[in-house]
Amino acid sequence: MAKQINLTIDGMPITVDEGTTILQAAKKLNIHIPTLCYHDDLCVAGNCRVCVVEMKGSRTLPASCAMPVAEGMEINTNTIKVRTARKHIIDLLLSEHNAKCTTCYKNGNCELQQLASEYKISEPMFIDLVPHKNYQMDAYSPSIIKDDSKCIRCQRCVRTCEELQHVSALGVAYKGDKMKISTFFENPMFEVVCTNCGQCVNRCPTGALVERNYVDEVWQAIFDPDKHVVVQTAPAVRVALGEALGLKPGEIVTGKMVTALKRLGFDSVLDTDFSADLTIMEEGFELLGRLKKALVDKDPNVKLPMATSCSPGWIKFIEHTYPEYLNNLSTCKSPQQMFGALAKTYYAQKRNIDPAKIVSVSIMPCTAKKFEADRPEMRSSGFKDVDYVLTTRELAIMIKQAGIEFSSLPESHYDSVMGASTGAAVIFGATGGVMEAALRTAYEVVTGREVPFNGLNITPVRGMEGVREAAIKIEGTKPEWKFLEGAELKTVVAHGLTNAKKVMDAVRDGKGSWHFIEIMACPGGCIGGGGQPIPTNEEIRRKRAEAIYREDAGMPIRKSHENPEVVAIYKEFLGEPNSHKSHELLHTHYKARQRY
Amino acid sequence: MSNNFLRRVDLIIDKDCDFKQVLQSAYKRSNDEIINELLESGLKGRGGAGFPTALKWKFTSEQSDPEKYVVCNADEGEPGTFKDREILFQVPLKVFGGMAICAKVIGAKEGYIYLRGEYRFLLKELENQLEIFHSILDDLKIPFRVKIVMGSGAYICGEESALFESMEGDRGEPRNKPPYPTVSGFRKKPTVINNVETLVYSFMIFRYGARKFKELGTADSRGSKVFSISGDTPKPGIYELELGMTVDQFVQEFGDGDTKAVQVGGASGFCVPRKKFKDTIIGFEGVPTGGSMMLFNSSRSMYNVLHNYLEFFEEESCGQCTPCRVGCQQLKLGIEAVKRGEKHANYLDQLQKLAQTMKITAKCGLGQSVANSFFSIVENFREEMIY
Repeated sequence: MAKQINLTIDGMPITVDEGTTILQAAKKLNIHIPTLCYHDDLCVAGNCRVCVVEMKGSRTLPASCAMPVAEGMEINTNTIKVRTARKHIIDLLLSEHNAKCTTCYKNGNCELQQLASEYKISEPMFIDLVPHKNYQMDAYSPSIIKDDSKCIRCQRCVRTCEELQHVSALGVAYKGDKMKISTFFENPMFEVVCTNCGQCVNRCPTGALVERNYVDEVWQAIFDPDKHVVVQTAPAVRVALGEALGLKPGEIVTGKMVTALKRLGFDSVLDTDFSADLTIMEEGFELLGRLKKALVDKDPNVKLPMATSCSPGWIKFIEHTYPEYLNNLSTCKSPQQMFGALAKTYYAQKRNIDPAKIVSVSIMPCTAKKFEADRPEMRSSGFKDVDYVLTTRELAIMIKQAGIEFSSLPESHYDSVMGASTGAAVIFGATGGVMEAALRTAYEVVTGREVPFNGLNITPVRGMEGVREAAIKIEGTKPEWKFLEGAELKTVVAHGLTNAKKVMDAVRDGKGSWHFIEIMACPGGCIGGGGQPIPTNEEIRRKRAEAIYREDAGMPIRKSHENPEVVAIYKEFLGEPNSHKSHELLHTHYKARQRY
Repeated sequence: MSNNFLRRVDLIIDKDCDFKQVLQSAYKRSNDEIINELLESGLKGRGGAGFPTALKWKFTSEQSDPEKYVVCNADEGEPGTFKDREILFQVPLKVFGGMAICAKVIGAKEGYIYLRGEYRFLLKELENQLEIFHSILDDLKIPFRVKIVMGSGAYICGEESALFESMEGDRGEPRNKPPYPTVSGFRKKPTVINNVETLVYSFMIFRYGARKFKELGTADSRGSKVFSISGDTPKPGIYELELGMTVDQFVQEFGDGDTKAVQVGGASGFCVPRKKFKDTIIGFEGVPTGGSMMLFNSSRSMYNVLHNYLEFFEEESCGQCTPCRVGCQQLKLGIEAVKRGEKHANYLDQLQKLAQTMKITAKCGLGQSVANSFFSIVENFREEMIY
């Protein structure tokens, strides 16, 4: 047990572990200290200074986020000295900030705005510095817009990019009054190592980093009578959307979301879960194929371990950072892009609609999906496979704009075709989910029996540990998979690119003898995606993940290969997994990129 | 310059000093004896903050981590100070010697000198001197080595924790404190970081003994100090002077007969106006200084002086914390607006309140000390700010 420290905050005594900060101790007493640069997921910066408090015996007001408690400390969080200082600091930030709140994308969801409101900042106390600055706007990326005039230099984005993602696309440039958050040689985000993961967007307290939004474009399409607008929803959206519409973290809102989408006017409300199951089929058979080539054919060119390719942030990361391992990636497109390619081919045929008239929209927990949809490879239907990608947050905006009272909506079912789901597809939304879904199917394909885990729950691959290894012994194989008899399939799961790097370094250094690697760019997997409701933190990720596994457990079908629409599409359209047609529509290739 | 150098006291040039012998005898003493001798001398850090040197060494020696460092802060960047340059030029061995004694006390195997980027011209000779120093260490079988790291020109890197960041190859930004360097410094290891002059005095205390040092100065400010004297003076230069004199005594010696203000401690120090010369002691009981003494006569505009300082701080703030980054810009634009008549003179009061907030909320000494010159100039020369 840690050493216990006694102190008082606002006259109230409290005993906490050594190493606790004043901010944390105050929280235990239900005392709210305002913060800006502080974020649960990140190391302490102590640079905004909004959280200053008075400490008896100290000449200065320490930042409570950065000051550890000490025996006998006497802290006051609300004194005239503290209030004056905080007000000054908020005023200073506002003087540097382009405070055109009414036209800001983050209006109503801005931590600086909220603080200014709490402290009732009326007349600007200081000189407006904005005209003295040469603020830049970077709007070149299809995923992220960076507006320096909104930036308060809290460096949450810099710490996110460095600590959580090990990308460091964003860093601090210059000093003094010219200090700014910038990129390598101040190139646009589009041209640097940025993976478009949007974790910075999710943590930006103001409107300095936001997703590029396509809300108006989607409304245009919906109201265009010549267009048939289909929408797909990613697994992780259904366990998070509620948060942006007044519900508590961890509520499953699948049915309400489908109703809302129908009310918004989408012609067909479909499910990315369908193509997630398809991904399992394609990727599972691809893995088995690679294993066969390696073990039976002794093909020296076959690349193992094979890595998942569902996460476009991860794809861009490996393209920049480990381009020599691109052939280790599964050639499968992500579920979003499989869906897009099929929407304008298979779906169009089935529904007898001219694919040129189809507008394909996806609702994703992700900003990197916007970039992915724009990749030149993603046009195998002959059109842009996915026309618009909206984040969970953008969908919430549309629902609010349409005047829909979300919490009281009845529940509806997805349309068909391409609306059928399984528990295996749902868990794609959490780290380890793709691995679990793949194992449920692959094991059964090879042995004819269900995976030997209670209730199909492959718990070793679940959880929030950054890197998780699991091995599964294959016994009692069917004759055609005899070569796998007795083999131990070794897998590893990582989430957050800092952990991806650990896995890839181990692969490079020959330290990991895995066959299959699942990597998701974002902490927690898609449930913690950059496009998810703000705030996202450890506790919220945990609740969303619990909801994902609850949803899985409640599904009548929990294995991808049993999805009736997946069975049907192979029969009617694709033939078999990894067929020629599958390769044409559902597989892709990658591009080596520069390391800066 | 050398004609004027060290006019009044000479504790550190001391051409008769047998370097090797002083080092050897210090190494024969126990760590407790060394710390007590230093404590007895009353030596306080000469960089400006004035922390008792003996305690810094003692706290670091008490850390159990086997990896520790001694760092010499030679990033002399305070406007108006240029004495460390001269010390490194004149008596580099004694600086190294101070580091070696410190290394013995705390248990460090490596020392570093963080040399101001603009002092690159000293590098070659310092490296020659290091070779001599290392061969003496070898003779005495002292397992200690010193390396030189070049700064790149940022004022903030003189702040000890920003200096460590810079040494580690990162952007020079101050860290949160605590932990202090004695616990977590260079490479997050216990570190003693001392100013060049502090290290020289530490070494010389083991030549003369604590008593000789302690006999000089006052109760709060023991010993002598090296001053960099510039501005409106007939004899600018570097002088070693006994601590404890009043500004008046100083001006009588160095003024041009028309001194209206003395800026003690550089841009981050205090401006002492003529009416306060007699009552102000130069030292920790009055106005502390890292050595910079700038004299201004009646031909100078104190508005321009302050504006110059604020321009300096606006540019040299690392930019990470709000009070310093934005505060410096506001103070500068604020006095410009008052001067131009765009803001009422009362706005100076608002700015003084802001400076007060900066003094108590900025993350490091840079932002906290901007208020020193701002207050002392605006208060004492308010009419010059307005008209």
